[in-house]
Amino acid sequence: MWNFVSPRVVFGEGALDVLDELQGQRALIVTDKTMLQIGLVDKVKGHFRKAGIEVHVFDGVEPDPSVQTAQRGAQVAQDVKPDWIVGLGGGSPMDAAKAVWVLYERPDIEPAAIAPVGELGLRKKARLITIPTTSGTGAEVTWAIVLTDTEEKRKMGLGHPENIADIAIVDPEMALSMPPRLTADTGLDALVHAVEGYTCSWHTDLTDGLCLQAARLVFKYLLRAVSDGQDVEARERMHNAATCAGLGFGNAMASMAHAMGHSLGGAFHVPHGRAVVLFLPYTIEFFAPQAPERFAELAAFVGSPNAGDEKAARTFAHQIRDLCRKVGNPTSVAEAGIKREAYESQLDKLADDALNDTQMVTSVRTPSFEEMRQLFLYAYDGRSVDF
Amino acid sequence: MAIKFPSDEWVKEFAAQINGSKAYEESGKDWEGDWIFIVEPDDAYPKTAYFFIGLYHGKVTDAAMIESEHARDAQYFMRGSFTTWRKTIEGKLDPIQGLMMRKFKLKGNLTKVLRYPRSAKELVNCVKRVPTEFTS
Repeated sequence: MWNFVSPRVVFGEGALDVLDELQGQRALIVTDKTMLQIGLVDKVKGHFRKAGIEVHVFDGVEPDPSVQTAQRGAQVAQDVKPDWIVGLGGGSPMDAAKAVWVLYERPDIEPAAIAPVGELGLRKKARLITIPTTSGTGAEVTWAIVLTDTEEKRKMGLGHPENIADIAIVDPEMALSMPPRLTADTGLDALVHAVEGYTCSWHTDLTDGLCLQAARLVFKYLLRAVSDGQDVEARERMHNAATCAGLGFGNAMASMAHAMGHSLGGAFHVPHGRAVVLFLPYTIEFFAPQAPERFAELAAFVGSPNAGDEKAARTFAHQIRDLCRKVGNPTSVAEAGIKREAYESQLDKLADDALNDTQMVTSVRTPSFEEMRQLFLYAYDGRSVDF
Repeated sequence: MAIKFPSDEWVKEFAAQINGSKAYEESGKDWEGDWIFIVEPDDAYPKTAYFFIGLYHGKVTDAAMIESEHARDAQYFMRGSFTTWRKTIEGKLDPIQGLMMRKFKLKGNLTKVLRYPRSAKELVNCVKRVPTEFTS
């Protein structure tokens, strides 16, 4: 017995028009200052005005939003009393919006206690809309919430199936202004979702197809979207890929590359997508001796017929590194600009945080503490994993 | 030789598997908290059974089949039907998925439990190593 949860997904050119027909009194847009500056908040506001809905904006979301940010947003919601909460932006504003919504509806619970067990009893005060402006996080269709504990410098995986959005608006026009670096980082995040959603121990028949198609779309369209941001077809297909991958991994789980990426991101503030894809090939090489089949299937699906063995899984890891290089992403921690001394001084914490990340629960091979340390060291140097 | 579940012998063998696991010792090195597992009757098994498992810093301090959930002090209580436990012991149901689908109910500090996913996984690996015969 398992669930497949999804918002109503409105996608394609003109998807934002769905807001024009919305019923309600007040909306609170949870976003960041960049969305205000580049005019995307005004664009969304214009649609709400057509619907006769009063709009308020909380633009205090920072990259890797903190627990305190979510609490501040929830306080704004308590003051404004919206019946729609809108997460507008990349993964950070959308995750913050989910947390703001939960804390607005349930002021009695601590953010750290937003866990996928029991009932939250949401939708008594408001409903949630997500509007992604990047193509990668999939946060528009997942219930996961990543907040940062700033005291422990640790990312916390939170969320409950109830806090999934009611409507996800996947309009490619909202992603047109993404610069190449962000396009690459977020697009590769979608690839990690697809790969981990397909290969983790919680994958299902209902998620496999979404993950496979998402992986194929990323391999086909990401380089085009990075090279030419006005390539509308590439933008649209990448936006769809991110949502497919989000639905796929969101109804399965992510895995060890996410655990390692969260750990690195918490300690060194590496953007999420860049961090998780950096570790993905190393985790595939670690899994390859024991569980190569599904990685080999992915390799075949993206165009490399193979024998379904460890060698094929390792080839897939190389294909991912190759794509990273083509779009200008680092394939080692050193290339990501982190100093060795600072990295090694944090090594035990990196390993410990990764091993205790919730995503580890679906890992098809569990490393020991020492193996996890070694994985971080191999990833620093860019060495293929051989243990 | 397979050991009957539920039984005192079974939980003691489970404890022995945990205490023999380097992976659990490592992943649970900071864990402090005792558990009572409650097996609830269903079509496959007619009675309620209670297991106490004391866990401290990567080792089992005590394990026993007990009379009731009040027979020992514990910080965590996990209850599920006999069939749900059977699926978990056979490796067919991830206990965290079981919690999410409300097949298991947990009383205790869930936030703390969710910070030890690797320990949970290692406990499942240990339970799968117990040669189990299911009474009905």
